[in-house]
Amino acid sequence: MNKPIEPNSFRTGPDEQGMFGIFGGRFVAETLMPLILDLQQHWDEAKTDPEFQAELKSLSTYYAGRPSKLYFAEGLTRHLGGAKIYLKREDLNHTGSHKINNCLGQILLAKRMGKTRIIAETGAGQHGVASATVSARFNLPCVVYMGATDVERQKPNVFRMKLLGAQVNPVSAGHGTLKDAMNEALRDWVTNVHDTYYLIGTAAGPHPYPEMVRDFQAVIGTEAREQIQEQEGRLPDAIIAAVGGGSNAIGLFHPFLDDRDVRIIGVEAGGRGLDGVEHCASMSAGQPGVLHGNRTYLLQDKDGQIIEGHSISAGLDYPGVGPEHSFLRDTKRVEYMPILDDEALEAFQLTTRVEGIIPALESAHAIAQAVKLAPTMGKDQVIIVNLSGRGDKDVHTVAGMMGMEI
Amino acid sequence: MTTRIDARFAKLKDEGRPALVTYFMGGDPDYATSLKIMKAMPGAGTDVIELGMPFSDPMADGPAIQAAGLRSLKGGQTLAKTVQMVRDFRVDDNETPIVMMGYYNPIYIYGVERFLQEAGEVGVDGLIVVDLPPEMDEELCVPALRAGINFIRLATPTTDEKRLPKVLENTSGFVYYVSMNGITGSALANTGDVTEAVKRIKSHTDLPVCVGFGVKTAEQARVIGASADGVVVGTAIVNAVANVLGPDGQMTADPADAVATLISGLAQGVRQARLAHAG
Repeated sequence: MNKPIEPNSFRTGPDEQGMFGIFGGRFVAETLMPLILDLQQHWDEAKTDPEFQAELKSLSTYYAGRPSKLYFAEGLTRHLGGAKIYLKREDLNHTGSHKINNCLGQILLAKRMGKTRIIAETGAGQHGVASATVSARFNLPCVVYMGATDVERQKPNVFRMKLLGAQVNPVSAGHGTLKDAMNEALRDWVTNVHDTYYLIGTAAGPHPYPEMVRDFQAVIGTEAREQIQEQEGRLPDAIIAAVGGGSNAIGLFHPFLDDRDVRIIGVEAGGRGLDGVEHCASMSAGQPGVLHGNRTYLLQDKDGQIIEGHSISAGLDYPGVGPEHSFLRDTKRVEYMPILDDEALEAFQLTTRVEGIIPALESAHAIAQAVKLAPTMGKDQVIIVNLSGRGDKDVHTVAGMMGMEI
Repeated sequence: MTTRIDARFAKLKDEGRPALVTYFMGGDPDYATSLKIMKAMPGAGTDVIELGMPFSDPMADGPAIQAAGLRSLKGGQTLAKTVQMVRDFRVDDNETPIVMMGYYNPIYIYGVERFLQEAGEVGVDGLIVVDLPPEMDEELCVPALRAGINFIRLATPTTDEKRLPKVLENTSGFVYYVSMNGITGSALANTGDVTEAVKRIKSHTDLPVCVGFGVKTAEQARVIGASADGVVVGTAIVNAVANVLGPDGQMTADPADAVATLISGLAQGVRQARLAHAG
């Protein structure tokens, strides 16, 4: 068990240029640069401002409902017959997913910067709903860009956003998914840079977004690390989260990165398999490139044109990933593995039946990995799975996959 | 070293008129047609050519240039072919400056050194890469300057006094002033503001300042050209190509003729830009 002592912490990135190794950076049009530098300055100040932190803490507690529970999933554990499975219940947060953690932090920052209009991109609609929610709470107009395909497959969330007063702009370019929504949000931002705050939903984009979103989401891992020590008296053997852009995953992982005995697994959307192009496993099957303000692993062809992926889960349907994940992949601190649509669907149904919890399809990918892993581990071992969101929004998609009409 | 860009702007300065800089999308709608458009440009009145490199996700472009890029990619265009286009153009024109414009990822994937070497060999004079601000100069700007290729930087209304020197620091060839905060093809900004901005930039640099984003007509070219050293027209040209394509992409007229007609009009605009001053 004597592992060589690794000299460097995995938790020190990014550097001043916003780089995690070769990943990250600020690959944006000049129009946005002054704003991004301004954002960075406000963020640097807010990080250490007790008043900002206190306001965020108060909203997290009384508005979002933190801390979220770490739940021992007895049904899943018994069913799988191996390691004990704990679920970090981000699905119980206000708005039904981890997205609220980041949105509360960023809306306070937007206010601090004097911005009067919020824009956001969304895939599954969870971030769109969370953005619309905090915008309603702080009385700011909100425009959400959402791929036309996603508008179709996430109707309940579209309606929620509209109820919350947001304007939902469908984007029909490309496959009409998260990538296209992000392009259009960037175009809006560049046009309305004077009054608009771009509330990016994942730990990607130009520096300082990947760091900032991670820090707002790290509450997940910080809580889970304390909770498991209270409940089990020790750290887990493995932690698992689904990775689209990767904000729930980096939020869970980051506080554990220097706990070298904790195995960390990020689950990518394997779609219909990695052989063709119908997946979104950028780290398993892509290569480093530059898109949406950062260098990271991307699905692309040999000419550097971005390839549209596929996933059953709108929230994972993105051809890139946050740059810190790319760094953690290359340094091998985190293992990234694909889970297929069918495997996720099975895990979705299993969790629903044996736990009475309907997980988001995104989270079902992480559970599916635990389904594979738990039986290979001892009964005294412990896995934490990030249940990043609830699955009510996905019932139409799942019904369709099961050949049912509702 | 005097580059084609330097020589061209020096010549136009002697003539007392601004440059007409015309953008088109390489490979739109196909390689052969696009090369024909490019070859027609100088004769119609273009002084500097901006050759668009298509990218699947052009985040600073409006619908017209987005669509042009997709047509081009659908037609099989690659970065290698866009470089080849310059080689084919140079067979009978070794004077018109060519600036390649696009996004970083295709160049990054092609390999920066390989790209710069080939671009230099075929006669590319400058590069405009939208998503490489000065903070990322080590990626492509510095290697390009080392390879003798101009790196033309965009300055925008958000580039304030404090930041302008940083933006100008490694810029060469000319400065491209983006007339408004927004994407290509939007409405032209208030021309008074543009004139002020050009003056402001010129107080920081001896480089020519060209103005783009939103210039579509000869009249606009005339007005902008009164203060700027060059006027960039892009979306209007890309639209001229789109307008002669049928619903299935078949050509209903010659795109090269359509573009040449448009450019002739714009060229008259820039030639009248300084008449009031000269006169």
